[in-house]
Amino acid sequence: MKKSTKIFILPLILVLLITLTGCAKKQKSSNVYDQVKESKTITWGVKADTRLFGLMSIKTGKIEGFEVDLAKALTKQMLGKDAKAEFVQTTPKTRIPLLKNGNIDAILATMTITPDRKKQVTFSEPYFTAGQSLLVKDDSTIKNIKDLNGKTALAVKGTTAVDNVKKFAPKAKVLEYDDYGQAFTALKASQGQAMTTDNGLLAGIASENKGYKLVGGTYTSEPYGIAVEKGQTDFVDHIDKALNELKKNGTYHRLLVKWFSGIPGFNIKEVENS
Amino acid sequence: MIGILTNHWSEFLSGFWNTILCSLIALFFSLILGVSFALLEVAPNKFGRAVAHVYIEIFRNIPLLVITMIFYLVVPQIWFKVSGFAAGTIGLTLYTSAFIAETVRAGINSVGDGQMEGARSNGMTYTQAMRYVILPQALKIVIPPLGNQFINLIKNSSVLAFVAGFDLMYQADVIAFSSFETINTYIVVGLFYLVLTLPLSYYMRHLEKKLA
Amino acid sequence: MENFIHAYSWINIRFLLQGLWVTIYVSLISIALSFILGLVFGFIRYVKIKYLSAIVGFVIDIIRNLPLLLIIFFTYFGLPELGIITNPTVASIIALVVFEGAMLAEIVRSGIAAVDPGQMEGARSNGMTYMQAMYHVIIPQALNKMIPSLLSQFVSLVKDTSLATIIVLPELLFHAQIIYSQNTTYLIPMYVIIAVMYFIVCFSLSMVAKHLQSKY
Repeated sequence: MKKSTKIFILPLILVLLITLTGCAKKQKSSNVYDQVKESKTITWGVKADTRLFGLMSIKTGKIEGFEVDLAKALTKQMLGKDAKAEFVQTTPKTRIPLLKNGNIDAILATMTITPDRKKQVTFSEPYFTAGQSLLVKDDSTIKNIKDLNGKTALAVKGTTAVDNVKKFAPKAKVLEYDDYGQAFTALKASQGQAMTTDNGLLAGIASENKGYKLVGGTYTSEPYGIAVEKGQTDFVDHIDKALNELKKNGTYHRLLVKWFSGIPGFNIKEVENS
Repeated sequence: MIGILTNHWSEFLSGFWNTILCSLIALFFSLILGVSFALLEVAPNKFGRAVAHVYIEIFRNIPLLVITMIFYLVVPQIWFKVSGFAAGTIGLTLYTSAFIAETVRAGINSVGDGQMEGARSNGMTYTQAMRYVILPQALKIVIPPLGNQFINLIKNSSVLAFVAGFDLMYQADVIAFSSFETINTYIVVGLFYLVLTLPLSYYMRHLEKKLA
Repeated sequence: MENFIHAYSWINIRFLLQGLWVTIYVSLISIALSFILGLVFGFIRYVKIKYLSAIVGFVIDIIRNLPLLLIIFFTYFGLPELGIITNPTVASIIALVVFEGAMLAEIVRSGIAAVDPGQMEGARSNGMTYMQAMYHVIIPQALNKMIPSLLSQFVSLVKDTSLATIIVLPELLFHAQIIYSQNTTYLIPMYVIIAVMYFIVCFSLSMVAKHLQSKY
């Protein structure tokens, strides 16, 4: 036993050292744009649990969706054809801390532009407009957000939905989960009567799960923006510029059609005009 | 950091209270279950031993989070609705009871067969000997390891955060990601946990030394 | 029943196995590293080096008495504040090594303390130095005594990897959640199969351990 422990210990210490030095490769830089221009890589924080926007494919293990495609197009538009887009999976709860501590360069994850968040991060121009809605079981008596008073709503930690329920239905109880998959599974397990978040996200869920419907129309307007670390105006200006170019050359429209044509409750024109 | 504490005092306090409540409930029931299964495991009845063995191995070898999720998500689909707090507490109870059963069984074994034989030859039945001779001694021996199980239980109660159980960790998540003061919030919550666990852990070490 | 058949399609099973593999390798690396850490710090704590042992002891007590979930958050969100950028895998390994290392250090300390002090005296009077006596006499015996506790701590570590779903470590539970959140009729089949998978891994780990114990 003594001999074998000796043999094991040396390589293990090596492994420890390698892991510790390996993870300290990136330093926080004062200008994120200069940094990504040099490395020709942008690390985007995206969703992996949201159909149509960013969903992990069980077949390939890769994240697919409108926002992932948009991130790839933006990266190439900004840094050239040989640039690389990397993706880090985030949840509404983790995305701002991850951006602030430098794990990701930008958030492209169905993130609504709000005054509160503007104090923390810098947003691009909106690239999508959604509105909050409710997902309920087919036999539910809930027709709109007001009906939620006295009932239990299911939402995701760190989203605008939590505040909006408190605003529109002050007597509703809100249970918060870590991601949309968990919140929807909780709805299925009858832990609450309605799940609330943006219509696009809910439509994606309803399209794949029989027995659930969207009710109450949209009761808020949720413009999605790309978020970068507070004060990185250089970076965000380049993102805005690239976004405009994508809109002009038709790439943006093509991506919208690819993901959202034929999805009930969606009007591509409405999304585009906003 | 103090700002976070004063701004969210009521949330922290309600989380703290729920953590204590759930830990105490789980401790109570896991003690009952744990001691019962320990007795079953040392009993002469072969079938009882097998049942206890299967129970202990199952709950010792499946993650607490998975057990809790099963009660929160699976049980409502086939049986009845379980709230997050209840699912977490049930999960904690079953999980901890398996460890307590193992601890108590080891305690009973260490008391030794001689004691049992002695008690039996004095005319006691098996149950009487267990009840009046073996178990009291065994429980005394296992107090320090049981204390450590209780500390683990308090720490493990943080799984309630996954199932909206309104415990300390859940409140921390909600505060951290609405105030954007992630690290500071978790430091404050860490202090709350230490208030519960640190004194217990020092007391257990003290007891251990005293009993040794 | 039909749900079960569809849920266990090869594509889903392969996805789960990928998750299981992450669970296993994160566990193995963490077990190895935390064992070393536990031995070193447990020893430092036992021998009572002035100041050092007290500080080490204090830090270990703090870590041991915090929920692992909290330590995972600190490594994923806190370390980058110090300029160390991690991904979920590295952050999970660091968190597990730090937490389980502290738990193991306590096991090691009490294990060494439980060896009869007469042994040390005997070894010293036979001309061994303190370190020699430690290495050849005390530690082997202590290790033998603490094997059951060490092993159950290792099994705990494997189970604890599931908590890292919170920082999106792509391990077994997380992959199961991805599958059932895309098709919720798979919820029950997924929990059945991952409970079985965890059980097999943890149970065989304790079996291997028992076998090793009887051998040495």
